[in-house]
Amino acid sequence: MSLTRSPEGAAAAVAGAAPAVRLVDVTKRFGPIVANRRVNLTVEARSVHAIVGENGAGKSTLMKTLAGVHRADEGEIWLWGERILRHDPNVAIRHGLGMVHQHFMLVEPLTVAENLVLGLEPTRGGLLDLGAAARAVEELGETYGLPVDPRRPVEELSVGERQRVEILKVLYRGVRILVLDEPTAVLTPGEVDGLFRMLRTFVEGGRTVILITHKLDEVMDISQRVTVIRRGEAVGEVATADTSPRELAHWMVGREVVLPGADSRRDADAVAGADAEPALELDGVTVAGAGRPAVDRISLGVRPGEIVGIAGVQGNGQSELLECIAGLRPLASGAIRIRGRQIGALTPRQRIEGGLAHIPEDRHRRGLVLDFSLADNLILGRHRRFGSPVALAQGAIDRRASTLIERFDVRPPLAEAPAGALSGGNQQKVVVAREITDGPAVLLAGQPTRGVDIGAIEAIHDQLRAARDGGLGVLLVSADLNELLALSDRIAVMHRGRFVAVLDASDASIERLGELMLGAEGTE
Amino acid sequence: MKARAVELRTALVAPVTALLVALLAFDLLVLAYGASPLRVLRVMIEGTWGNPYGVGQVLFKATPLIFTGLAVAIPFRAGLFNIGAEGQVVMGALAGALIGMWLPGGTPWLLAIPLVAAAAALVGGGYGALPGALKARFGAHEVITTIMLNFVALALVNYLVATHFHEPETLHTAPIIEGARLSRLGAFLPALHGSAANTALLWALGGAGLVAWLLFRTPLGYEIRAVGLSPPAAENGGISLLRVSTVAMAIGGGCAGLVGVNFVQGYKYYFEDGFSGGVGFMGIAVALLGRNHPLGVVLAALLFGTLSQGGLVINALVPKEIVEILQAVIILVVVVASREVRSILLRAGGGR
Repeated sequence: MSLTRSPEGAAAAVAGAAPAVRLVDVTKRFGPIVANRRVNLTVEARSVHAIVGENGAGKSTLMKTLAGVHRADEGEIWLWGERILRHDPNVAIRHGLGMVHQHFMLVEPLTVAENLVLGLEPTRGGLLDLGAAARAVEELGETYGLPVDPRRPVEELSVGERQRVEILKVLYRGVRILVLDEPTAVLTPGEVDGLFRMLRTFVEGGRTVILITHKLDEVMDISQRVTVIRRGEAVGEVATADTSPRELAHWMVGREVVLPGADSRRDADAVAGADAEPALELDGVTVAGAGRPAVDRISLGVRPGEIVGIAGVQGNGQSELLECIAGLRPLASGAIRIRGRQIGALTPRQRIEGGLAHIPEDRHRRGLVLDFSLADNLILGRHRRFGSPVALAQGAIDRRASTLIERFDVRPPLAEAPAGALSGGNQQKVVVAREITDGPAVLLAGQPTRGVDIGAIEAIHDQLRAARDGGLGVLLVSADLNELLALSDRIAVMHRGRFVAVLDASDASIERLGELMLGAEGTE
Repeated sequence: MKARAVELRTALVAPVTALLVALLAFDLLVLAYGASPLRVLRVMIEGTWGNPYGVGQVLFKATPLIFTGLAVAIPFRAGLFNIGAEGQVVMGALAGALIGMWLPGGTPWLLAIPLVAAAAALVGGGYGALPGALKARFGAHEVITTIMLNFVALALVNYLVATHFHEPETLHTAPIIEGARLSRLGAFLPALHGSAANTALLWALGGAGLVAWLLFRTPLGYEIRAVGLSPPAAENGGISLLRVSTVAMAIGGGCAGLVGVNFVQGYKYYFEDGFSGGVGFMGIAVALLGRNHPLGVVLAALLFGTLSQGGLVINALVPKEIVEILQAVIILVVVVASREVRSILLRAGGGR
């Protein structure tokens, strides 16, 4: 029994010079919205082709059309020189094209091996042969340097490991064109390196990779060609060697941008209230977790006008810490003070009224009511201030909406539009606008620019800096080390619920943070 | 403005589909029975909206449905499926009836009417608040707890009436005092004379208006809707899920309890065991057909009131059970077509 199935189309095509993928004038509409307009794309075999663009530009839609998840309204799809007329995901797989989606599609209680073979189970005498499945996992893992234990249930795996399982899943189906949608969004720097090594092996083995991303350094690092998508159209395609991040960024947003990481850090001395009472004070904060505490006796002060960043591999207690401060998770022991006032026992509402603002890590789940209008979302948590218990002050709500939408450049500028209709970046602008507007003392910012496009990142960073300069104390959790370095005055590194180090930003570098995040000894 | 038109259109899809499917089913059933659908329909319309007495009966039957429709719709806006209106109805109505019979005989109506109604609303509301609090505090699913609490309420009320409060030889309580009774609409509109329609209808319409104001114009309504659409985001916005779930269920239960205003204060002037006859469950259908909007609830209640009165007048031509089948078909189609129901039931299946 062969472990990897040989796709019909692929075998015939390797010999020919036909490109792996060719899209001709592909248009995809959702109702009145045109997601992709007459997109042309050619991906040569044996290469890594990057697709870049802002959130909502239509990258994922284009790739889902290519993978047969969506049907193109117009245009042609060619795989290995063969025109695909009736497209669906099975046809794509038969032609050796498989997609790893941004949101994993794994059955959590099942093991890695069981997930891998789901839908293509190897059998022996009519019974499921899990031994063969496990061997397949090990063999594929070895070939591509993606080690995973086939017998572990998926629910025990880290995000990076889950992604490996997703990739192994498509490899098991004999894929020769691998489409990856934002694969690095959830990975640590070390895991990104591992993924890229594997992609290079993959291409050396004669296969093709299409990589959707909005991180330009990754484009420069791994791809041979880049296609830039803006507002559903392919606005440029170049060899990576002939371009620069600056040029790509320009194409992506259609104007000049200052790339994040371009430095705007300040000296620690410049912090406005260096001697002032801390805006936020954590004193031995402990939060219960499974087995051991998720947050373990953390102490930290954030001064007014200071941004303190928290670095760490996902799952080391950063999320629990923010939720505990916000009042969404109980404080097991220790004290939390805002402007000297104990808040550890207060309700979330009392904390908001006491000067706490929170940009939650998951804006879809916690940050916004997606079915509410922008105007309604912009008062969430502050709604008691608008009018009396018997009547909301609709006029004031509308005025606030139009002011904030203009000041934060939310697009489209429609106060009545449901938040769910906006792109990720604009949704996040709404959350940021709401949270930093009413003069809070402390802002908890969880992954404020995750999954957000460059133009919006720039705007959000500017707003955070402006608020900091206005005396706001910010506790910033981010998986993006460049972001931490660009914004923070100090950076604490969190590992297994503890701070292993607190560095002045001037002493921090990506390499140093990376070491500390993996648990290397630091200095407090 | 354009967005609103689209919204309205999507809101109307499920109810209109339901009505069309139901009409088709009705025609087929009547044909199968060997009667003429057109003739039966004509008799039905003549017997309901075609004469003043019919109109009065339709209004009388729609009144409790408006209350129970609201009783389901308000918790629904907070993401809670209140199957317990039936229990809330009987608990509230019995409380109202007891207060009404215990009040001193000479209590002026200005005091007696609100007191009796308040007792009904408070007890119904308290009985609704219980599953709301259980849900928010312990995660006990409200569909299960409200169903179970229906059995508790029906059994408790049956016991109380049968052993303590019944009049000899009957299953109803002593009458409430004169001052707590509502006028028949026939007293103002002679054309309606003879029908049981009473001023409780005005309470129901006013109640629907107040609920609309509450949901869309007050901070509490904002919180109810936020919790219904996204509990985690509401929680992050400082909204207490415990408080909102409890309050939404309490207001819903209070509306259910007010059914007693129609029956006890407006019609029989006593509480009778078994009077509710499923009006709480019909409220689920009314709320769903009315898209959980107070105005929709009023319209849906009028429709169901028409059907239930219509069933009586066509009984001479075809069995009135055909109308019950018709109501069931409407409910089925609306449930299948309703996105909200699916999402709440999915959430229930996903576990908390």
